[in-house]
Amino acid sequence: MFDEMRPQSGGVRAPYDNIAAWLEATGEETLRRRQAEAEALFRRIGITFAVYGQGGDPERLIPFDLIPRVFGASEWRKLSRGVRQRARALNAFLYDVYHRAEIIKAGIVPEALVYQNEAFLPDMVGFDPPGKVYSHIVGVDVVRTDAVDFQVLEDNCRTPSGVSYMLENREIMMRMFPQLFASCAVEPIDEYPSQLMHTLQEVAPPACKGEPNIVILTPGPLNSAYYEHSFLADLMGVELVEPSDLFVDEGKVWMRTTRGPQRVDVIYRRIDDAYIDPLVFRPDSLLGVPGLFGAYRAGAVTLCSAPGAGIADDKAIYVFTPEMIRFYLGEEPVLKNVQTWRCSLADERDHVLANLKDLVVKRVHGSGGYGMLIGPKATKKQLADFRAQILAEPDDFIAQPTLDLSAAPTLCSDAIESRHVDFRPFCLVGKEVRLTPGGLTRVALTKGSLVVNSSQGGGVKDTWVLSD
Amino acid sequence: MLSRTAQMLFWMSRYIERADATARLIEMGRRMAMLPTANAEWRSVARASGSAADLADDTKATSSDIILRLLLDAENQSSIRCCFAQARANAKAIRSSLTTAMWETLNDQWRLLETLDAEVGVGELPIWLDWAKQRAAAFRGACETSLLRNDGYIFLRLGELVERAEMTLRLLDVKYYVLLPETDVVGGGRDYHQWTSVLRATSALRAYHHVYRGDYTPWGIAEFLVLNPMFPRSAAYCYRTIDQRLNELASLYDGTRFECHDIAAAMVRRLDGCDIQTLFQSGLHEFIEDAIQATNRLSSEIARAYHFES
Repeated sequence: MFDEMRPQSGGVRAPYDNIAAWLEATGEETLRRRQAEAEALFRRIGITFAVYGQGGDPERLIPFDLIPRVFGASEWRKLSRGVRQRARALNAFLYDVYHRAEIIKAGIVPEALVYQNEAFLPDMVGFDPPGKVYSHIVGVDVVRTDAVDFQVLEDNCRTPSGVSYMLENREIMMRMFPQLFASCAVEPIDEYPSQLMHTLQEVAPPACKGEPNIVILTPGPLNSAYYEHSFLADLMGVELVEPSDLFVDEGKVWMRTTRGPQRVDVIYRRIDDAYIDPLVFRPDSLLGVPGLFGAYRAGAVTLCSAPGAGIADDKAIYVFTPEMIRFYLGEEPVLKNVQTWRCSLADERDHVLANLKDLVVKRVHGSGGYGMLIGPKATKKQLADFRAQILAEPDDFIAQPTLDLSAAPTLCSDAIESRHVDFRPFCLVGKEVRLTPGGLTRVALTKGSLVVNSSQGGGVKDTWVLSD
Repeated sequence: MLSRTAQMLFWMSRYIERADATARLIEMGRRMAMLPTANAEWRSVARASGSAADLADDTKATSSDIILRLLLDAENQSSIRCCFAQARANAKAIRSSLTTAMWETLNDQWRLLETLDAEVGVGELPIWLDWAKQRAAAFRGACETSLLRNDGYIFLRLGELVERAEMTLRLLDVKYYVLLPETDVVGGGRDYHQWTSVLRATSALRAYHHVYRGDYTPWGIAEFLVLNPMFPRSAAYCYRTIDQRLNELASLYDGTRFECHDIAAAMVRRLDGCDIQTLFQSGLHEFIEDAIQATNRLSSEIARAYHFES
């Protein structure tokens, strides 16, 4: 296992010098007290994560670990280059599959994998979204297994969440440990909201003259990421709307205000494709804004992300991302993919079934750590269940080796111990590609666990990028 | 601003005001219940609250039943518990239109009443009533010192004032017979308490002293609660302020006026041109009924004018 602070070779890795000294000087007892203070702050501010239908407190705190995860300046340069590269390639891929599909014609991505994919939206074919951008906020989940390489676990091209934790974790840390920041030269991240605003402004419909009216569209307070939706609306100074606040009239999109209807130009939507417009996606659904998709296709409003952007972050498509980077950008991928076997292919499926107990198996369309098998941790029954499921619906599964994720120092119940972490930076794509030096570090708080998802007991950390 | 936001702000402050008024109402009942032969007092509390009216006529209902209905009942949308829960739910739904200070007053300790045992609640009643009043005061304070003075602020204040006007009027309506001049015969101990109970329920006892130098008379009390423009829970104060706020809103909205503006202005004119003698002569009860109706109409007209649901 690669330990981010204390490698097996001994000593402390340079980016963690200050953290190690700080931990030493502060002492565990004080840290524990401060940890409780931090949690009280989160609770009071109301940063909670809603988990419904599982009993217990419906508004839970995501556990916050106050020992930051640190990237050195050169590590970040590499990561940053790789993440931007990926965000550009994914958008190029989206444009391509909804237009001439050169990558399919070139025999790189199999046709069936795209056109028979649920995430592919035929209604989008031939449509040019403003700036040719489909995925405006790309969350790239990155892990590392050694000191040199970063590997991408998956891409999130639709509505990646977690950026509010990136910002709030930093706020809390700065509030609680100002002297630590004074000595460490940490790159600031507070530009993110204004960069997001610029990104959204840049993709306003060409027909929109003057300052575009931007809104964030949320399913409502019951959504697990609702706090984030309102937080971002607040930081950008835009309205947070629910579907019932919007309507379409004469091909234009309006929101209901106290002064009567007001035009809407750009919608940063935090709802799934299926709930955008009942006329197009789900006739049985009461959710959504009737006519919204038609208005979008007519160029009256911009939806961020574009409907159908999910085809780029599909786990079956993921395999081809390095090829996309070569094909569209003519560059070598900076970040590696994790080796992935597709169960839809007979020989790869055989390999997966033969090695099930060593692999991680994921559902192609799953998310949030649900519907996932971690071979080495699974019971015999779970292994048998997955075997049966894979045989029944091979197309729905991919498998990857069980990665020995890197671990970072974490304040645990007995001591400061290393726990596995991953990392999600948030790359913004408008006319420019922007990346805030930071992101969300998730940590698996249970000893030995590799599952960092907040819905499965994971926690979060502040993430530091050191300046040169 | 979004119509839904206006609606949420309006109702958020209405719920807080209602929780506050209900706490004071229960307090009045509690005090009266300490007097001999004062059982009927809980029934007038139930009636004035509006949400426990059925208990007022139920001879089997005990004071605990009434207290619990008003304090903790999860089924009663107007119980103090539900008022706070709904105010917080509204706040959460429009989190970005609130200041951190406001949100924190609603988010802090909001689940205390959910887990409060009924027996403990009744046993420690004064503590919980104080708690409710303090939450309401903290919320108002946070609004007053942190919220931008824009249309959102006006909707927030309007909800509070409409609720307050209605509560004062409803309380008077339940107690008006106490104030009728016919009962002004001896001013014995019991009458004294009856009258002062009305003042207590509006936290007006001391204020009344300051204005009237101590003599409790039905005329004075009715005048104070209906016509005194200095007392912030009087109908006159509430309506004058509503009228001002609506005018501010009109000037923010390019001078556009609606039916709600006319209702408020008419009510202010009526209260201005009125003295307490005429009010008693023409019928206090009839006046109060009228005013309650006008207040309800005003509330729905505000919603209609600014495109939200009342």
